[in-house]
Amino acid sequence: MRPAGLRPPPGFATFRASMTQHIAVTVNGETRDMAAGDTVAALLRAIGLDSRKVAVERNEEIVPRSTYDSVALAPGDRLEIVHFIGGG
Amino acid sequence: MDGTPATIGDDTWEVAGRRFRSRLIVGTGRYKSLEETAAAIEASGAEIVTVAVRRVNLSDPNAPMLQDFVSPKRYTYLPNTAGCHTANDAVRTLRLAREAGGWNLVKLEVLGPPPFLYPDMEGTLEAAKALIADGFEVMVYCADDPVAAKKLEDLGCVAIMPLGAPIGSGLGLTNPFMIRAIKQQAKVPVLVDAGIGTASDAAKAMELGCDAVLLNSAIAHAKDPVRMAVAMKAAVEAGRNAFLAGRMPVNYQADASSPMAGLIR
Repeated sequence: MRPAGLRPPPGFATFRASMTQHIAVTVNGETRDMAAGDTVAALLRAIGLDSRKVAVERNEEIVPRSTYDSVALAPGDRLEIVHFIGGG
Repeated sequence: MDGTPATIGDDTWEVAGRRFRSRLIVGTGRYKSLEETAAAIEASGAEIVTVAVRRVNLSDPNAPMLQDFVSPKRYTYLPNTAGCHTANDAVRTLRLAREAGGWNLVKLEVLGPPPFLYPDMEGTLEAAKALIADGFEVMVYCADDPVAAKKLEDLGCVAIMPLGAPIGSGLGLTNPFMIRAIKQQAKVPVLVDAGIGTASDAAKAMELGCDAVLLNSAIAHAKDPVRMAVAMKAAVEAGRNAFLAGRMPVNYQADASSPMAGLIR
């Protein structure tokens, strides 16, 4: 618990959020807002997916699982996140 | 009495350097639930299961996944390209599958339009070439066309899988003569994939000399899928044994089984 005297001034959170640059990416055909600099790992966390059970394609190129933490999203990226389902 | 020939137990088959005992490959689609999927696959005795690659549902990321019910540790996952109508889509799909699971062994299918979803051999050949160049081991769904089958084998496909009949039709083997012809010319395993409707169809495919059978709807759409899985397992084994045993010749007239000698007068 922070001492009352050190609380950020009212409106600071909104101010800070407005300073974060947002980018739009397309994930499985849906537009999604992410913060500039967010990685593929951050995207998977935001959706709530277990990265061990999915695969990611970015602009028609595979994103290797070992690079999820280092690949930053760029505005307009088209991402496909897939998994295995029943099929014949 | 030991009436089991020793060879029955040793009758395994091999694809891309992997050895399998079961000659039945089953799909994991079209079941009522993941529980039913797991039970039917277990009953089938299959060691290889086909799976599809699809977008995750972003609004329900915690939905149960196939892997939780059909373990890739226990079964060899064979990712497919169902729904792909171009070589490019098929190649993208299997690259994603390889990343998701780490498997090089895949089932390629490039399909023509409804209502038959008949294999598009031009797209299939193009995709097979690209996948093999990229290090995949390709089991390929194809037309019951010995010329196309030979081309696919020459490209380096590890198994040739002609359709018995259109996917999900349950029509059985509509062209057994060509299935047999494809098997006779091939040096890699030949599997009938698609069209099997019931146990006798699977047995028939094995009696033609096919190395294995791949099916899904015949089990999943049976009234009792688990029981049909048991039937398919038995049918594939029966058909295989009948093939190995070598059937008797067909006669167009009677040839009595009981001796004529000693008949009462």
